[in-house]
Amino acid sequence: MRSRSFLTGFLLAIGSAAAALLFRRRAARRRERAELYLADGTLVSLVDGQPGADRLLEHARELLATARI
Amino acid sequence: MGCGSVGPMASPPAQALADLTEISTQVEAAVVFDREGTVLGSTVDDERAGRLAEAALELVRAADEARPDGAEDLVQLDVALADGSVFVAADGDRLIAATTAPEPTVGLVFYDLKSCLRGLAEELEAKPKPRRRTATKKKDHEKP
Repeated sequence: MRSRSFLTGFLLAIGSAAAALLFRRRAARRRERAELYLADGTLVSLVDGQPGADRLLEHARELLATARI
Repeated sequence: MGCGSVGPMASPPAQALADLTEISTQVEAAVVFDREGTVLGSTVDDERAGRLAEAALELVRAADEARPDGAEDLVQLDVALADGSVFVAADGDRLIAATTAPEPTVGLVFYDLKSCLRGLAEELEAKPKPRRRTATKKKDHEKP
């Protein structure tokens, strides 16, 4: 009985940690965005999923990976 | 911001870039290049600098295309990713691209990058252009 409750607790802890990790990763991905500053002071902000943002984010990922080789 | 093809490194890393990495602890790697794609200086080796400049030009192209119709020219951009950020700033015909760790102080990084571009411009203006050497062929009657 005691070992069963320990196992339940252990599984709960593992599940919580995995969920927290997943949540953090998803939140981090949601924060991915590109900001374009134009000559007249205008700021255009593009977040993941918006038209044009995907290409920008992809090129930025490539640049970051090249810098860290 | 216009772009071109990536060319070879024109000069060794400038003092302005050395200052940038010393002053700005947030900047991991940086490359200065012109709109033709020629690398003017970088904090990484030549091969990586060329690839960084190429990727940065692609990024600038994509940003130009993502601008709203009739919008002004792009002067700088930053892309925040989960594992780091990418910055590009322009000063006339010269551009600088840099990478940082996640969640940098955006305003400070842009300030440092623009200072670096200005410093580099001053260095290049102060440095006299090397004279082109022309090989003079000795005439036959001058030969011993």
